[in-house]
Amino acid sequence: MMSTYDELYRKEWQWQEGDLTVTRSMQWSGPGCHNGCGLLYYTKDNKIVKIEGDPNSPYNQGRLCMRCLNLTESLEHKDRLKWPLKRIGERGENKWQRISWNEALDIIEANVRKIQKEYGPESICGMVGTGRNICWQVPLLTYAGFGSPNFGYSFLSGDSCFSPRAAFIAVTHGDFSVCDCSQFHEDRYDNPEYKVPEVILIWGNNPIHSNSDDFLGHWIVELMKRGTRLIVVDPKLTWLAGRAEYWLQLRPGTDAALGLGMLNVIINENLYDQEFVEKWTYGFEELAERVRQYPVDKVAEITWVPKEQIEEAARFFAQAKPGAIQWGLKVDQSVAGVPAAQAIATIGAICGFIDIPGSNIYIRDAYDILSSYGTGYEEFLSPEMRAKRLGDEKYPLKRMGVGPTAHADSVLVALETGKPYPVKMLWIQTSNPIANMGADAPRLYKAIRTTDFNVVVDLYMTPTAVACADLVLPAGMSPERNGYKTWWHPLRSTSKIVQYYECKSDEQIVLEVGKRLAPQNFPWETDIDLINWMFSRSATYKEDFQTLQQKVTDYQKYEYKKYEKGLLRFDGETGFNTPTGKLELYSTLFAEWGLDPLPYFEEPPYSPVSTPLKSKEYPFILTTGARSLEFFHSEHRQLKTMREFHPDPLFDINSEIAAEMGIQEGDWCWLENHNGRCRQRAHLDPALSRKVIRAEHGWWFPEMEGSEPALFGVFDSNSNNLTEQCQNGPTGYGAPYANTICKVYKATEENSLDLPSLVVTRKGGF
Amino acid sequence: MSNYNRYGLLIDLDFCTGCHTCEVACKQALDLPTGQFGIKVHQEGPRKLENGKWEYTFVPFPTSLCNLCEDRVKVGKLPSCVHHCSPGIMHYGTIEELTAKANAKPHMVLFAPQ
Repeated sequence: MMSTYDELYRKEWQWQEGDLTVTRSMQWSGPGCHNGCGLLYYTKDNKIVKIEGDPNSPYNQGRLCMRCLNLTESLEHKDRLKWPLKRIGERGENKWQRISWNEALDIIEANVRKIQKEYGPESICGMVGTGRNICWQVPLLTYAGFGSPNFGYSFLSGDSCFSPRAAFIAVTHGDFSVCDCSQFHEDRYDNPEYKVPEVILIWGNNPIHSNSDDFLGHWIVELMKRGTRLIVVDPKLTWLAGRAEYWLQLRPGTDAALGLGMLNVIINENLYDQEFVEKWTYGFEELAERVRQYPVDKVAEITWVPKEQIEEAARFFAQAKPGAIQWGLKVDQSVAGVPAAQAIATIGAICGFIDIPGSNIYIRDAYDILSSYGTGYEEFLSPEMRAKRLGDEKYPLKRMGVGPTAHADSVLVALETGKPYPVKMLWIQTSNPIANMGADAPRLYKAIRTTDFNVVVDLYMTPTAVACADLVLPAGMSPERNGYKTWWHPLRSTSKIVQYYECKSDEQIVLEVGKRLAPQNFPWETDIDLINWMFSRSATYKEDFQTLQQKVTDYQKYEYKKYEKGLLRFDGETGFNTPTGKLELYSTLFAEWGLDPLPYFEEPPYSPVSTPLKSKEYPFILTTGARSLEFFHSEHRQLKTMREFHPDPLFDINSEIAAEMGIQEGDWCWLENHNGRCRQRAHLDPALSRKVIRAEHGWWFPEMEGSEPALFGVFDSNSNNLTEQCQNGPTGYGAPYANTICKVYKATEENSLDLPSLVVTRKGGF
Repeated sequence: MSNYNRYGLLIDLDFCTGCHTCEVACKQALDLPTGQFGIKVHQEGPRKLENGKWEYTFVPFPTSLCNLCEDRVKVGKLPSCVHHCSPGIMHYGTIEELTAKANAKPHMVLFAPQ
C-alpha cells in the first residue's frame, strides 16, 4: 500500500521501515566534504544498506551529490583500514603488522614521553587535513595531550584555504560574513525577513563543484530560479559563469587588482552607500586615496579583463538591491591573498551590503559552541609554551591569536633545519599532504621522513602513511561516529549507528591517546562525555548530545543588522567588534603591526610580468587545485563508481592552442616548470584563455603498487610538483597555488621512462 | 488508456548544472553495473554564440533501462533521480501534470520513458 510522504520521511531521528532501521543524520567526515547535508541511513544487521537524502533537512532538502550517494561503496571497501598497523619494514616499504589498540597506545606513549623529555613537547606537531569533523579534536590532543603549541594544517602553504579570508575579516570587520542564501532560516526562502539577492558576485570559486566552506553551491541555483543574477570572476567558464550577466575572466592571481579596479569605479562614480559609509565605516578617505592608484585602464592591463566589463560589472553590483558576494578558495591562493580578500570584501562593505537580508551576513558558530583549531590552546598551555608556536615569531597575526594554527611553512622549515628547534614527531590525522595539501610535494616527502616517530590516522592506507608512518590507526567514517557541527548554523548531529572492524571515531582516538598521555586533562569516559564537555563551554547551549541527536538539527533565530542592535561587540554597544567599533576599510591593527592597512596588488612570484625571462621557457600560467564533482581533495580515488565517471587526472587547455600544439582531447601530457613536472590528460576547453593551464589536484592511484618507488603513483600526476612552499605574504598568509607558470608537451614513451614517483623516491628528486 | 495517465519526467534545461547526481542515484536504485545507466547526462557546449553569450547546457536523458523507479513509486517515494536532483530541476508526475508545468515556463523537456 502506498504510504504518505510524512510516513516515509519522518521527523524523529530513528524509526523502523520493514526490516530496516532508518536514522536521520548528517554527513561531515571523510570521505566527504565541507557541507554537512542531512541524510537518512537505512541499516540492517550493523550494515548500511542504502543512503537517501533527508527531505526534512532544510539545509539540503533531500538533495545529495554523487559522492554522498556513493558513500555505501566506501564504507565496505576492501582497502579500508580495519585495525591498527605497526610498520615492520623500512619507511616506504609498505610492510605492516596488525597490532591491538592497546599495543598502539603503548607505542605512542613510549615515543611521546621520550620525545617530550629529549626535545620538549613543542617538537611534536599535530596536523589535520581540511576542516571537517576534525577541527577541534586534534588541536585538543596537541595542546592538552602532547603539551605542544604546534597544531596546524599539514603543510598547507600560507594556510591558504579560508584562513586568509577569515583572518583579514576578523581583524577589520570583527566577524565572518557569508553570502545569504537563507541557509540560517529553518523555513528558508519562505522566511518573511529574507530577501533574495538581486546580484551575487561569485569570486574565485565554483561552488557547484567545490562544496566550499559550509556553503551548498546549489543554493545559488535556487536563487537564480528566484531571479538572482550573477557576476562571476573566474579564469574558467564554469556553468555559473556561462549563465552570468558578467563573466570577468581574469588573469590568475590578479584578484586584488580587479577588486581595487571595481572599487575605483564604485567610489569615483559615487555608487557606494554614503550613509552606511559615513555612519558605520572607518578610513574611507584613505581607501579612496588608495584606489586612485588603480585606474580602470591600468587594472584592465594587469588583469586582462576589458575596461568596459570592469566598469559595467562594478555598476551592476553596486546598484543591486541588495548584492552579495560568494567568495572562495582562489581568493586565498595568491601571495596577495589577504589584500585580495580585503579588496573584495570592501566592495560589499562600501555598498552597505552588510548584515541585511540577501547580502553578506555575519555568522558565528551555532550557540557559540567552539569547534575551532584553538580548542584548548589557552586552557592547557602555559604562556611560555604558547610563545614557542612555530611562525609566531615572524607573523603578528599569528602572535595575536588571529589564526589559531602553527604556520605551516614554518613547521616545514623547522623540520628541515632544526630551527628554531627540531621537530621530531608528526601526528597526521585524516590528511594526505603529499597527495594534495602541501605545495612542493617532493620537498615534503623528504621532510616528513626525517622525524623520529610519526602516526597517521586515516580511512585508507595513503601515500603519506606509506612514506612516513610508523603507526597507522583506522578512523571511522560518518555513520561510525558521534559528532556535531557548529560550523555556522544550524547545530547538527551525526550519530554512530554501525561499527566497522576496529575503527574508532576521531573523538575516541583523541580521548584514548589523551588519557594515556595526560589523564588529568582528559577526565571523560566516552566520546559523548567529551562532546558534552564541548557543549558545556557554551554560555547559551543548555542541552546535551542525546537531545541534539534526537533533534538532528537545531536552528537559532537569525538576527539581521546586528551592528545596529549591539549584538556584535562584547561591550554590548552598537557597531562592529573592532578597535574603532567601525567596519575598518583602513585596518588600524594592520597599521599597528607594520602591515599595509589598505588593499593592494602585487604580482605573483612567477608570472609573465614578474619573471618575463622564465616565462619565455614556461609560457603558460598554471592554476592548480581544480575541483571535480567526483572527488574531495585526495579522497574517493578507490571508488569504482567515481573512477568510472572520472578515471584519470585532467588539465584544461584552450582548444585552439592545443590544436596548434598537436594536442587532442585525452592526450597524456607533461606539465613542467623549474620546480618539477607531472602528467595529466588534456581536456580541451574553448573558453579558457590561451595563456592559462588549469590542473587538477589530489591524484594518487590506489590501484597501483603502494610500496616505493611507485608509492601509489602519488608524484606522477601531482600538480604540487610544480608549486613551491614558503612564498607567503607579509601576514604569513597566502601562497601562489593558483598562479605559477609552466610549459606543456605531449607525453611519449621516450620522455616517460622515469616517472616522477621514481625520480622523487629513488633518484633524489627533480 | 489515454496517454495522460502515463508518467514521465520533466526537466528544466535552464538550471541543470550537470552534477551527475541523477546518474549515481539511478545506478544505486536499479543496482546497475559499471558502464550502465538508467539516466545519462548529456552536455551541449560550451560554445560561444554570436551574441557573445555561451551555450553551456546539460540534459539528463532517461535510457531504455529507466523504469521510473517502479519499486520506489509503488510505496509512495519519488524516483531516486528526482528525489536527489541537486539543483531541483527534475519533476515526476503524470504527463498531464507535467504538460501544464511545461506550458508555464520555457526551456523544459518532457520525457515519457515507459
